[in-house]
Amino acid sequence: MTATPETVRRRVGRRGLLLAGLVLTLLLAGVASFYASSHPDGLEFVAEKTGFSATEKDSAATDSPFADYQTAGIHDRRLGKGLAGVVGVGVVLLVGGGLFWALRRRPAAAPGAGPGPHRDPGSD
Amino acid sequence: MHVPDGFLDAPTSVATAVVAVGGVAAALRGARRELDDRTAPMAGLVAAFVFAAQMMNFPVGGGTSGHLLGGALAAVLVGPSTAILCLTVVLLVQGLLMADGGITALGTNITLMGLIGVLVGWLVFRGVLAVLPKRVSSVPVAAAVGAFVSVPVAALAFSVLFAIGGTAPVSATAVATAMVGWHLVIGTGEALITLLVVGSVVAVRPDLVYGARGLMTGHELEIRSGATA
Repeated sequence: MTATPETVRRRVGRRGLLLAGLVLTLLLAGVASFYASSHPDGLEFVAEKTGFSATEKDSAATDSPFADYQTAGIHDRRLGKGLAGVVGVGVVLLVGGGLFWALRRRPAAAPGAGPGPHRDPGSD
Repeated sequence: MHVPDGFLDAPTSVATAVVAVGGVAAALRGARRELDDRTAPMAGLVAAFVFAAQMMNFPVGGGTSGHLLGGALAAVLVGPSTAILCLTVVLLVQGLLMADGGITALGTNITLMGLIGVLVGWLVFRGVLAVLPKRVSSVPVAAAVGAFVSVPVAALAFSVLFAIGGTAPVSATAVATAMVGWHLVIGTGEALITLLVVGSVVAVRPDLVYGARGLMTGHELEIRSGATA
């Protein structure tokens, strides 16, 4: 007796999917982003061509240690960009994840759902 | 499409900030219905993925590049209200930490990419899904069409804002034509990435994809204890 039909249909676990997504996200932000196109994006390009790019003002955040996806004090631009990317991913995960966890429906508080004692959110 | 400070005048920036605050407030209420113990971690990951993917500029020819906006992608994966919050968190971190997109332009960027990008992507997705076969495999295709349309529409919305409150004496028609033209090309990249990512998640866990709800065949449905009162 090996795998039952049910375990076959279990496919990828939710944690496995989250972990794979996290690894992909960190590789994109931390490694691959250095090799992304450095051409101006659509809006910057149109601003140059049609003649309003000079109206751009420096953001008040240009003093940030991670301004322009570089890291202050790191002179290797590949490392500096990778660090900025990983820090950005971490901050988005903390802020976004925290917000979504706080907003989520809780089984016990859902209208008409009862206490739901059998609910086991960590099982999949 | 991150609008820097200075492109739009103060009244226009204030107006878009008011729209953004209203939209985000509505999304904070709506997201409560979309998020639960299983989908909240997924939503955090989707926000982080959109941040990472927005660093990946791809060349679109003519010395121009584009990157994923991610509105349709996020809406299909975690629901439209949660997607608005995902994009808002990404744009806040980009604007405040990376100096990508202006500070006074935060409301503009949240309105263009968070509200318009997500809502257009979601509505087109729903419309296309309604005419496709009622199968889970239709979800990535409909998501790609929503993604494709959302990009030029957001570009057109910027052009309208520029016509109202642009600080440079430049022809609004010329800006609109160039913006929509280039973003039709960038939208193709948006569609491909969305097709790939939504297709991958749908292939392994369709039950975790918000936009696939109600499309799963019998044997894929999970029976969860405690679901009946």
